[in-house]
Amino acid sequence: MKKSNSILTLALLASISFSLIACANKKSTDHENGNGVHDHSAMNHKAEDEMSDGSVVETSENKSISQLIDQYLVIKNALVQDDSRAAASAGQKLAETSSSIDLNTFEASKQSEIKEILEVVKEHGEHIAKSEIAHQREHFEGMAKDFMDLLAITGTDRTLYQQYCPMYDKGKGGSWLSDSQEIKNPLFGSKMLTCGSVKETISMK
Amino acid sequence: MKKRLKLSLWVVFIVLVGIQFVPVQRNEIEPVTNADFIEHYESPVVIGNIIRASCYDCHSNQTKYPWYSNVQPIGFLLQNHISEGKSELNLSEFGLLSNRMKRTKLKSILSQIDNDKMPMPSYLFLHSEAKLDSLKKTLLVSYFDSILVDIDR
Repeated sequence: MKKSNSILTLALLASISFSLIACANKKSTDHENGNGVHDHSAMNHKAEDEMSDGSVVETSENKSISQLIDQYLVIKNALVQDDSRAAASAGQKLAETSSSIDLNTFEASKQSEIKEILEVVKEHGEHIAKSEIAHQREHFEGMAKDFMDLLAITGTDRTLYQQYCPMYDKGKGGSWLSDSQEIKNPLFGSKMLTCGSVKETISMK
Repeated sequence: MKKRLKLSLWVVFIVLVGIQFVPVQRNEIEPVTNADFIEHYESPVVIGNIIRASCYDCHSNQTKYPWYSNVQPIGFLLQNHISEGKSELNLSEFGLLSNRMKRTKLKSILSQIDNDKMPMPSYLFLHSEAKLDSLKKTLLVSYFDSILVDIDR
């Protein structure tokens, strides 16, 4: 009796530990998928609602873009404050938003480029969500140009400033967008808070 | 007490033998297509060989498996590792990406190599042939840089 008990316990332990490993992997992907699907359906509803009376299409397209700008700026502010965790959670949101945007709210001729930009923004968001701060900054810097390209197509709901610090990345320089003219450097944070200057003003249109 | 220990060892042994028969999907059967990085850019042979030796085990559809990959649970762990690597970057499908995504990936590749984060130290521990010495590193960095410049044009 004793013998078979200990065999059972061991076998159970072994199988539990294996299934736990498998479960943990599965859970995380399920979770991601669940979120994505959920957000997407919400967005679709919104788009449909606003499409029904034609004239509001413009705002519906701006709404998702302004959400994206909001999240970008949250990441920026978090990095200014050297707050890696806040940047990570905003990065996650940015990734979710960029994959949930309904491309049909944009003009057909612009859709493919917008799609490519959003894929890249999603990629950056995902990396910001799971990395340490130096790597977060790398990805944050990487998407400045994509964001500017996006805003050049879709327009922006607020005035933004492209700012540039020549010292980033061993002197190669780096850009970011801000909603304020005042320089608060997200690429260095407290180490060099005021390095940089305004390169371009992106006005509302 | 002694009896118990003996029994436990037997059980561990049986489990270890048992999991050898669990099938693991292997990452090597996909044919090489035009989307493959080295094919797509017609990389020089020297460069292609470095990329294959240093990156392709985890970042392509063509893993060169070591013998111990047939021993479980090492094989499971390797497979996990490989699918993680491929989800970040799959060089076998690089040609299918948009130019914008190619630029993004290339910048990441460059920074990873430049900062000695890739190939991973844990991988190099058992794959000394994948190590990028300073010459190989310079070669790769300038090669990837030249491709990046071409895409920007």
